[in-house]
Amino acid sequence: MSKVRRPDCVVIGGGPAGLAAALAASSAGLDDVLLIERDIELGGILPQCIHDGFGSIVFKETLTGPQYAQRYVDELARTNVEVMLETIVLDLAPDRRITAMNSRDGLVDIEPRSVILAMGCRERTRHQVLLPGYRPAGVITAGAAQRYINIEGLMPGGKVVILGSGDIGLIMARRFTLEGATVEGVYEILDHPGGLTRNIVQCLNDFEIPLHLSHTVTFIHGPGRVEGVTVAAVDRERLPVPGSERHIPCDTLMLSVGLIPENELSKRADLRLDPVTAGPLVDERMETSVDGIFACGNVVNVYDLVDYVTHSAEIAGRGAAERVLEGRPRKAPVTVVPGRNVKYVVPQLVRSFERDIDFYFRVEHPEKAVRMTVKAGGETLGRRKAKMVHPPEMAMIPASVPGGGSEGVRELVVEVAPDAE
Amino acid sequence: MRSSHEFTCINCPLSCPLELVEEDGRVLEVKGAECRLGEKYAEAEFTDPRRVVTTTVTVRNGTLPLLPVRSTEAIPRRLVREAVESLASIAVEAPVKEGQVILADLLGTGVDVVSSRDLNTLSGHK
Ligand SMILES: Cc1cc2nc3c(=O)[nH]c(=O)nc-3n(C[C@H](O)[C@H](O)[C@H](O)COP(=O)(O)OP(=O)(O)OC[C@H]3O[C@@H](n4cnc5c(N)ncnc54)[C@H](O)[C@@H]3O)c2cc1C
Ligand code: SF4
Repeated sequence: MSKVRRPDCVVIGGGPAGLAAALAASSAGLDDVLLIERDIELGGILPQCIHDGFGSIVFKETLTGPQYAQRYVDELARTNVEVMLETIVLDLAPDRRITAMNSRDGLVDIEPRSVILAMGCRERTRHQVLLPGYRPAGVITAGAAQRYINIEGLMPGGKVVILGSGDIGLIMARRFTLEGATVEGVYEILDHPGGLTRNIVQCLNDFEIPLHLSHTVTFIHGPGRVEGVTVAAVDRERLPVPGSERHIPCDTLMLSVGLIPENELSKRADLRLDPVTAGPLVDERMETSVDGIFACGNVVNVYDLVDYVTHSAEIAGRGAAERVLEGRPRKAPVTVVPGRNVKYVVPQLVRSFERDIDFYFRVEHPEKAVRMTVKAGGETLGRRKAKMVHPPEMAMIPASVPGGGSEGVRELVVEVAPDAE
Repeated sequence: MRSSHEFTCINCPLSCPLELVEEDGRVLEVKGAECRLGEKYAEAEFTDPRRVVTTTVTVRNGTLPLLPVRSTEAIPRRLVREAVESLASIAVEAPVKEGQVILADLLGTGVDVVSSRDLNTLSGHK
């Protein structure tokens, strides 16, 4: 085995999170930053997201996924960050030792002074939503269909039924249609769509694709290739209503049933995970429960907007640089607690109030005319109003502690309440 | 003749349901909007709905078989399908630079279609 490398920082994953984290770590003063990506190129999921709608916050214009990635790839090329492509990280130990592998060097051992996790998320599959029926070919996740059509130029099917109304599913309904396939309909078990109104309008309504709320697939017909599905209406307990079943012939069932953070390495490194986000707990610098291991982007929680991913990554990159250059001991954290109508909050921990902190969170149910606050005891550290909040759209409140003092603060509460005025 | 058309405003999470009333194509009023943006949106959707077109074209000798492309601006919505079909037959040669014009004046709209990314040649790939 070759000699052990000891860089200042290793970034694992070269999507938008890894790209922005590596750039931030480098511009904050780290000379030896190594970015490891298993794919043949940088960009993560973005090269396959050919639609526009990226970057409205960061760049104030709407870019396509590839355009958004290109800006960071170009910027990275102007730094001395070292990129290792086609290299997979197999193991990460709690003491930050990394084992990576590629076909050129075989196994590579790395002992970095800081690590930034940016492995993104993976799609939920039919096994996680327990669909009864055969196990035929032709059941495919939305992201996989997107990769086939937009990167490889292959059509996964000609007559498609979509289960789940997440944004990727909606985007793919349009894409399948424009590529000549028929999308019979989108079936959503909840009584409200999972995706943005913009996508309902521009991906379904524009192409007259029906959206069936409170419906699910109850059977997949096979055996060799999907021959059809049975769909049914569901009641308030989400159970199929007897007698409402309908058989739909199709050759493809596409699933758009959610994303979950990629956790393999987080678990191996013994990071404490948040049971609600399914990603690691992080503090205001995006540092995890293990000293020197940071995390950002969709590996932490599924941010809806790439702009938020980039933002979290820049914080992680600066955090890792501070850790390496200043090496201060960590303070004990204050916990951030989800209050009324808040499902979870990122960051979950705060160790220092020296800088302003943006709290990202998701609500539990839709609510109109709200006031969103971050409180410490009786004191309000940040507040924002919104005409409307929805579970599929993340909300954010910037907060600050005047003077940066945190003495006596035990816990922070983020809550959403009806706006009294 | 007077008739009404329904839209959903996409400009903010409130998603106001909008009703546009018109007579012989002349917009009389927009109901349901909580703010001016909704009124403007319904009018635009009724009189001249536009969409950005994104699709892929074939690349020869590239590191990948397809190149993602976009229209630089939104084009009339009724032309979207035809635009994607006309782009389906286009093949370009790698290398390609982001922003490179792939098709000028898409269907006479005056809007160009450009590459969304750089794409290297197979041999230029490190
Ligand atoms: C299909 C789809 C459509 C989307 N559409 C939009 C949209 O319209 N607008 C918007 O703002 N956002 C959109 N998003 C969200 C946005 O793309 C994501 O938030 C963003 O890509 C997440 O960035 P990331 O860097 O955290 O993860 P990713 O982009 O997933 O990147 C993770 C990278 O890590 C690499 N990796 C993972 N494990 C390892 C390992 N062990 N070793 C080495 N490398 C590894 C992967 O290969 C990958 O390149 C979409 C997301 C998806 C999935
Ligand atoms: S009309 Fe105004 S308030 Fe209503 S959805 Fe549109 S932008 Fe939002």
